[in-house]
Amino acid sequence: MPLSRDVFLKGHIDKLGVLIAILAAYGAWSPFASLRANRIVQGEGFGLFSALPAPMAWLLVAIILMGSLVALFRREASPRILAAATVLMALAALVGEAAAHLTPSENNYARVAPATGFWLLLFAFSLLAADGISRMRPDPKLRLAYLIATVGILSLIILSGAWTDLSVMKEYAARDDVFWREASRHLALALGSLGAAALIGIPLGVVCERVPAIRATVLTTLNLVQTIPSIALFGILIAPLGWLAIHVPGAYAIGIRGIGAAPAFVALFLYSMLPMVANTVAGLAAVPRESREAARGLGMTSAQRLFQVEFPLALPVILTAIRIVLVQNIGLATIAALIGGGGFGTFVFQGLGQMATDLVLLGALPTVGLAFFSAVVLDALIDMNSIVPARKEAR
Amino acid sequence: MRLSLPNLLRAFLLGLLLVFVMAPQTMEPLLRPLAQANAPVIYEQASLLSLTIQHLMTVIAATVAATMVAVGLAIFVSRPVGAEFLPLSRSLVNIGQTFPPVAVLALAVPVVGFGQKPTLIALFLYGLLPIFENTLTGLTSLPRAVIDAARGIGMTGRQSLWQIELPLALPVILAGIRLSVVIGLATATIGSTVAARTLGEVIIAGLQSNNMAFVVQGGLIVGGLAVLIYDFLSALERRAFQRIRS
Repeated sequence: MPLSRDVFLKGHIDKLGVLIAILAAYGAWSPFASLRANRIVQGEGFGLFSALPAPMAWLLVAIILMGSLVALFRREASPRILAAATVLMALAALVGEAAAHLTPSENNYARVAPATGFWLLLFAFSLLAADGISRMRPDPKLRLAYLIATVGILSLIILSGAWTDLSVMKEYAARDDVFWREASRHLALALGSLGAAALIGIPLGVVCERVPAIRATVLTTLNLVQTIPSIALFGILIAPLGWLAIHVPGAYAIGIRGIGAAPAFVALFLYSMLPMVANTVAGLAAVPRESREAARGLGMTSAQRLFQVEFPLALPVILTAIRIVLVQNIGLATIAALIGGGGFGTFVFQGLGQMATDLVLLGALPTVGLAFFSAVVLDALIDMNSIVPARKEAR
Repeated sequence: MRLSLPNLLRAFLLGLLLVFVMAPQTMEPLLRPLAQANAPVIYEQASLLSLTIQHLMTVIAATVAATMVAVGLAIFVSRPVGAEFLPLSRSLVNIGQTFPPVAVLALAVPVVGFGQKPTLIALFLYGLLPIFENTLTGLTSLPRAVIDAARGIGMTGRQSLWQIELPLALPVILAGIRLSVVIGLATATIGSTVAARTLGEVIIAGLQSNNMAFVVQGGLIVGGLAVLIYDFLSALERRAFQRIRS
């Protein structure tokens, strides 16, 4: 490996760069944006030069060319990240410009959406960015800084109104109040079930670690629950929760229903239990015997040992569980919409029903973004709390 | 087969599943209280057996394709030729797993239309990640000494891969396939929302017509199927692991 590396450093071509350049060339040649007469009909694709005013199209071509050359010939991390960031920002700014350029004036029905070419270019240069960042191996603080910068730039673009003419933003504008309501429901479902699972799962994990007799049973049961597909679990929970709501006094008053957020919350909670309990057990079991004995030698009580020695040492593994659960719940909460539980899934399934792609995107993009954001933040937290910076365990 | 509690539970679950799928009418009295007065109790728009078979075929087709591609890619990046892609592929898997399956499914629809296709694509793409990750872990965490020994007795890179490295990594690869199948079973269920013919159809029909009997029978069949398949694949994995140790 070191040998081939040296050969490549002496001005040869980067293999990933070849892939990126091919993708970029194909992307630049494919339709950049599509125009539809209304939100559900088939669209017509426009290449770079018909979607954008000529000077801007040339500018974008030049920037893409520069990015591809860097991908092909520069192997150091920083130029790759810089080039990728430049192309991505140009793409973001110009796709809004294309929408403004293509939308016929005074026409409220026409929709302009990014087309294949845009998505391919986005993918190619996100690859370059990911490659640059993984070559640089930034420390957790720098990763968080990158994340904040990305979020900041995206918010600036959205707030500046550069994307106002894009179809997704038109869908948003048509339902901005509902959007934020569903967003907060989505977060409440994902975070609430995570909180409940942490409150119950971590103590249960502690008990399982101390009492081997129940460990296998608890973990096997949770494992089986985890394998039940989400819609099925939501469905199976509807009947007992509906029964509770009718027959147990007070249950209805605290929000227990057969349909809606309650079964979704319970299902997400159940899915969250396996990672919480299993990782708490694994984290505590991995505390070195010397540390435990030293703590005992200092005369610490059992509770003091748990809170002052064992938990801090097990923290990275428990945080890993929180990462797994949070990312998983943000995705699964989408399905809650099918049983009336709200969340971003509402837009996804409404969009599928109306064959309105833009509405699907309005639900899917924030979900993906939120999951990605949480993953990066928690990965950074895990690394900051590890004494030895360790790679994340397999899921 | 020993007559132990887990085995009894397995037999019971399998029996229940078979009755539900082959002779759903026998379950009618049990499900009756869940349906409204005049509503049908057993789903009859399609036979439950054919839905089950289609559900399984979708998952199997996608998993076989995902296994071939993912194992191939993992072998490629773990050899010197593809070493350049190793760091990137690790972070891609990491990023890819944050994509919710529903989003992948919904985003495939505009590209390929409704029906079986978007479901197969989502299943395939989502199935790649755990298999790739596990194959890579399996191949890159083998003890150095084993590979050196293979070289030492004069094996070529290819021989060492096929006769030593892949067999040793097999249990970890199988674990990846199991994860991928479980995710696939769940994603195929959601596939019904984009008009794929799977068991999810029964649940969705129940949710739409507010018929709990449909929801529960669909849920029980899918859930039972997933649990049994998971259990079966875990057993395979244990067997592969024991073969290595002996």
